[in-house]
Amino acid sequence: MAAVDPQAESVVAGTVVAPGAEAALRRRSETFHFAFRNKKLVVGLGLLMFLLLVALVGPMLTDREPFEFYDALGQPPSSEHWLGTTAPGQDVYTQFVHGLRASFIVGAIAGCVAAAIAMAVGFAAGYFGGFVDDVLGILTNVVLVIPTIAVLIVVAAYLTVGSLVSEAVLIGVTSWPWAARAIRAQTFSLATREFVSLARLSGQGTWRIILREIAPNMSSYLFLAFILLFGGSILIAATLDFLGLGPSNVMSLGLMLNVAVSNSALQLEMWWWFLAPGIGITAIVAALYVMNVGLDEVFNPKLRKT
Amino acid sequence: MKRYLARKLAIYLLTFFVAVTIDWAIPRLMPGDPVNGLIARLNADPTAAQEMHGYFTESFGLDEPLWKQYLNFWLGLLHGDLGPSIAYVGSSVSDLIREAVPYTLALLVPAIVLSYVAGNRVGALAARRKVLDNTALPISYVLTATPYMWLALVLAYVLAFRLEIFPVSGAYDFSLQPAWTWEFARSFLEHWFLPFLTLFLVSFGGWAIGMRNLIIYELEADYANYLQSLGAPDRLVRKYAYRNAVLPQMSGLALALGAVVGGALVTEIIFGYPGIGTLTITAIQNRDYFLLQGIFLFIIVGVLIANFIVDIAYVIVDPRTRTGLQGS
Repeated sequence: MAAVDPQAESVVAGTVVAPGAEAALRRRSETFHFAFRNKKLVVGLGLLMFLLLVALVGPMLTDREPFEFYDALGQPPSSEHWLGTTAPGQDVYTQFVHGLRASFIVGAIAGCVAAAIAMAVGFAAGYFGGFVDDVLGILTNVVLVIPTIAVLIVVAAYLTVGSLVSEAVLIGVTSWPWAARAIRAQTFSLATREFVSLARLSGQGTWRIILREIAPNMSSYLFLAFILLFGGSILIAATLDFLGLGPSNVMSLGLMLNVAVSNSALQLEMWWWFLAPGIGITAIVAALYVMNVGLDEVFNPKLRKT
Repeated sequence: MKRYLARKLAIYLLTFFVAVTIDWAIPRLMPGDPVNGLIARLNADPTAAQEMHGYFTESFGLDEPLWKQYLNFWLGLLHGDLGPSIAYVGSSVSDLIREAVPYTLALLVPAIVLSYVAGNRVGALAARRKVLDNTALPISYVLTATPYMWLALVLAYVLAFRLEIFPVSGAYDFSLQPAWTWEFARSFLEHWFLPFLTLFLVSFGGWAIGMRNLIIYELEADYANYLQSLGAPDRLVRKYAYRNAVLPQMSGLALALGAVVGGALVTEIIFGYPGIGTLTITAIQNRDYFLLQGIFLFIIVGVLIANFIVDIAYVIVDPRTRTGLQGS
């Protein structure tokens, strides 16, 4: 995410430091003004911060371990076990807060990896066009049709335990196609503008043009794509963990659902076991999506009225 | 338009070729001898294991050079022959998939089509009605963020276990045999409804949000403002906005397919629905890589065909692709 910050750029520009910085500051406070008035952004960001807090502080509030077994077997929520216990006697609250933490980690890493690939592919395809565009288009199509599960099963066979990072990187490597297509289309329309032609005529390097001229003009768009990739990765991770393809030594919300289903939590009507992890996943992802639309309205003045 | 379609078709064929090659490589990328690992899981006695090893190695042609294995895979593929399954001893992979596919399609096709139509309608309405915007939209955000398997669990818990309106698992009552009778049809529909509803609801949310945002974008476009300044009725302006907003939604349909297919897999597992999803989890648990290979092949081909249908529909809906004004 280079050169996203308009203020930093005008400072670097040198000669026009004072007026440039002032204008940037005014622009920024204007953005903040609209940001705090946007209900969607405030609600989404607030919920996300709250969940992040739970993920960070939650594990500290208990000295129990997510994989440890305790005396209470299959107990509903109580003052002793806040969210109840699983049938074999694990503490659901402890599992939940650790799982929430894992979701944030996977989402952040996978989101970054996917965004990096999507930008590289999208910029290259959109800027160069022609043959490069065709080859990258086919690459995008192939990744789009190959199920993520397929790649993960192969890798899971090599890594007997697996780790959160390897799972996240794999999700990132397979979830970028839609973003690459969107960035390609944006780049395509920007690449023919005058200021880009001017930069090219003045002899600037290709990647410098892309990073300094094109990327900053769609920075808000890139940020929005990153948020969607972040949320999408959390959902994919939940599915993989649910199928038993995630790391087996890290507690995740998907793994909680997997264990709940394979221990017939449904048939035993132990709702507290499977309710919490699903609410956790839904809350994080919904917060990200709502935030995304809120930010879109802040960045795009045309959308503000409605 | 012919050139456009020919180009698209060429790209699809190439994609298919690369995807099949990767799919072919999956069992061969596994560490060690793929057959040995499979047999170890079956706990057979040594002599039987020896024989099974011979049988599977031969039937997969694993003793032949790689280039020949690759050619054989394509030949088998064109004949619909994907070798035997190890998890289901005595069945062939293509038979297993052929039995499971109708169930999965019965869930997927109506869920995709109905959620797309309903989501677009509700989204377009939400863009013009404040009340709907404030009720349907928050619900849509929650729905589209819900993991499929969890919604399936909640629906199963509430509607099947607590209220006992719908049956919990299977595709039809155990006492029945598949037949063209009313009794069977009723039982099938009862079992079909909850997994269908799960897929429908999650996809619905995404389409509604997408359409609502697109309509708002379109109503800010120059042509919409121009029409309004000419005094065109609001309904006409919205109609044009809707037509333009449908295009990105159609491209989105192709991109969303993978997620819906993944959703169908986990939903089937929750409801014990005998489709591709249940087959997948059995294959994963038994490390039946050749069955998985067949399943992925089916998914790849299915997604490609669906993509192609969307592309053709796009040409029909968007006249610009026909006159060659715009490539994508």
